[in-house]
Amino acid sequence: MISDPTPDTQSETAGSRAPGRAPAVAPGAVRAILARTSDMNVSLLREVALLPVLLVLLIVGSLVSPVFLTVSNIAGIGQQISALGVVVVGESLILLIGGMDLSLEGTYGLAPMVAAWLIVPIAAYGSGAQLNPFLGLLVLFAVGAAVGLVNGLLIVKGRLNGFIVTLGMTIVLAGLQNGIVRAQSLFNLPSAFGYLGSAYFGQVPVSLVVTVAIFVLTGLFLRYHRVGRAIYAVGGNPAAARAAGIKVERVKIGVYMAGSMLAALGGLMEAGRVSAVTGQQGYGEGIIFSVFAAAVIGGVSLRGGRGNMIGAATGVILLGFVQNILDLANVSNYWIEAIDGGVILFALVLARIVGGEKTAEDK
Amino acid sequence: MTSTGPALVEMTGIEKRFGSTRALRGVDLSISAGQCLGLVGRNGAGKSTLVSILSGLLEPDAGAVRFEGAPSPRVGDVSRWREWIATVFQHSMVVPDQSVAENIFLGSTDSLVHWREMRARTRDIMRAWGFDIPAEALCRDLTIEQLQIVEIARALARGARCVLLDEPTAALEREAIRRLFERVRQLADSGVAVLYISHHLEEVFEICQNVAVLRDGELVMTASVAGLRKDDLVAAMVGGAAVSEASAAQVSQARGPAASEPGAALLSVRNLTSRSPSGRLSDVSLQVSAGEVVGVTGLLSAGVATIGRTIAGAEGHDSGEIRLRGRIVEQGRRDAAQRAGVGYVPQDRRAEGFVPLLGVAENVTMTITDRLAGRLGLMRPASRAAAAAPVTRALSLVSSGPGQPVGELSGGNQQKVTVARTLVHEPDLIVAITPTRGIDVASKALLLDSLARVAHDKGAGVLLCTDELSDLVICDRVVVLVRGEVFTEFSSPPFDRDELIVATEGMADAGNGTAEEAAR
Repeated sequence: MISDPTPDTQSETAGSRAPGRAPAVAPGAVRAILARTSDMNVSLLREVALLPVLLVLLIVGSLVSPVFLTVSNIAGIGQQISALGVVVVGESLILLIGGMDLSLEGTYGLAPMVAAWLIVPIAAYGSGAQLNPFLGLLVLFAVGAAVGLVNGLLIVKGRLNGFIVTLGMTIVLAGLQNGIVRAQSLFNLPSAFGYLGSAYFGQVPVSLVVTVAIFVLTGLFLRYHRVGRAIYAVGGNPAAARAAGIKVERVKIGVYMAGSMLAALGGLMEAGRVSAVTGQQGYGEGIIFSVFAAAVIGGVSLRGGRGNMIGAATGVILLGFVQNILDLANVSNYWIEAIDGGVILFALVLARIVGGEKTAEDK
Repeated sequence: MTSTGPALVEMTGIEKRFGSTRALRGVDLSISAGQCLGLVGRNGAGKSTLVSILSGLLEPDAGAVRFEGAPSPRVGDVSRWREWIATVFQHSMVVPDQSVAENIFLGSTDSLVHWREMRARTRDIMRAWGFDIPAEALCRDLTIEQLQIVEIARALARGARCVLLDEPTAALEREAIRRLFERVRQLADSGVAVLYISHHLEEVFEICQNVAVLRDGELVMTASVAGLRKDDLVAAMVGGAAVSEASAAQVSQARGPAASEPGAALLSVRNLTSRSPSGRLSDVSLQVSAGEVVGVTGLLSAGVATIGRTIAGAEGHDSGEIRLRGRIVEQGRRDAAQRAGVGYVPQDRRAEGFVPLLGVAENVTMTITDRLAGRLGLMRPASRAAAAAPVTRALSLVSSGPGQPVGELSGGNQQKVTVARTLVHEPDLIVAITPTRGIDVASKALLLDSLARVAHDKGAGVLLCTDELSDLVICDRVVVLVRGEVFTEFSSPPFDRDELIVATEGMADAGNGTAEEAAR
């Protein structure tokens, strides 16, 4: 769907068509369209290589519990994975340029914490600034942008190792997250702040709609926008990208910033979903493992330059199903982490088997 | 083929397919002990496939490899293969952070590491063959020539009786090549069989006794070098159809003295000084006019690559200035130089020339995304393919389509992508560093011709930085660098090869007698 070239083709034919007459398309053009469509089908098939796995999970889920396939449960999964999904988009972008960012989980907790802290009254452990909730949202993105900028500058300009920089950053951010509210949780969030994570359009969670839109737009951006293509070039061979006149450093820093802002948005969704910002959100829950796992299961290479949004989305959905099935199966809380981790490792192996060569690490 | 002695290595009926392409079609080839056999062929003729099969890395679809009549070890059993045949690849295969001794005994089957013995045996091999590299040296500190010696020594340490040299001179300077030839002769004299793969036919004539020609996966000729004419060899490589391609360069060589009047200086470099690791520059000044092809030659370490990289914005400099049309170009910024109109064909295509996972069209149009993109910055893949098509066609680039990842192409076609990427943005000045390295005769002529055309038809300036003297045929002037300084300038083509050699060696008397000696 994201790689669908037909809209272009249609607009071309529409443009050349005389008004009021039946569309006359040259046989050559038809053949060209067919060729392109079949090309697309082949590549689409490759992208959704994990589809059989998802189908198996659907079957397993419905066997485990009759609740699994109900609309409300699926909607619930949608809401649950939205926040993760947005962060996975951010991490995938960073992985595509050949970087990595562990601090997205820190931003995911800190950005909504700072915003909420500025919004809620002192009595509810706020700062007392009692900021307008909409200004609070600006602050949220500003925190994301600032963290991304610092990471980007340290890694790109300072040429420090991205792993250790963002690991350090995660801990700093988590410390700030707890520090500013003295390890309290912030409740009583204004409705504007919680809307994104908690509201529904009919049966469909708003957060899911927004997340799907972000996946689609990012996918289109990566495929059709010159900066999106530059991201692949930078990740695939930075020296060649530089020699071709691409501003490699600017692209990289921009992507670190975009990734962190997406993480902040994911944090906002999570805060809305649970109606609170806790000190645990992000780093405390260790969401970064799920983020990396979803991206890698979806075929985004840790070496940069390879991967796409369809794959990343499949990875997120797969994790969402697994999580939900474990919940429905009433797995004991004591064991849930071990099983969760084990299942993710299993999914990685499965994705490697199903996905073929492109999911393999180099020898 | 008539050769003395038993065949040490014998390939019979080797077939290999990759999808729909038949890379090798029933190749029979044998190499005898003490013989140096040259293997030549255009890019994509199947040389690399043959090398992989001979090295035991790739399983042929049909046919067999025999060593002294015995069947070859299992494919992939590298250590057993190495006892027979060892390959020195085009791209160094040593571990940079390990010592020479460790690299020579890399993959040894002993489970314990006997450091002292390893070093002693390394020293023995080095001494026996007259090499002089300390066993303890770290490979990252060695020159390319020394790394090659390490790889040859590795082959000898295993007792390999056949050594396969894949484009061994590609990254070497003239003196190093001469020493390599001595070593190859020494190897052959001691009974080692050598398979020598090269694009440089003169090298084949110099050190090989026999030569085999691959074309489109078939062995079309095996002949003794003695009495063979170079033209016949080229004809065998190129086949009937493509001979016109090969002579393309000569066509544009027969131009009038620069159709466009050499106008005001397009590029003016003044007092450029750099302490670059790729070769120092001190106080270099030069000019390129519109429509002019200027060569910069010398040893690569003499700053030939550095001046190209600096002008292209790929690296900064310490002092001096670079002006394009009178305006200073921001230093060390490739993107700024490109916006100012400087195209860049980098020295190392693998490192800087292309993004292997991306398609041909996308790589070629990477320099013009700003022009292809609409108002929102959006581009259609079809418009990229359309923009790339004329340039790739002009360079006879062979690919399965605009979407084929460049990493899958042969080396020569990859180089064409790199050149196409530069031509497509129609720069005012093209800086090309060793653009013909590692590509076959016909492609070489085509690439040089495309550069000459840009200058003569479109009035762009071309700065050709190369140590490959035969590339200089397209130049109007040649500047010779020695140890980072402008040593001399030749301003009237055709340039005398011997004089150029003498000048690059920094010998002031580019005269009669010394030329002969220097050329040796």
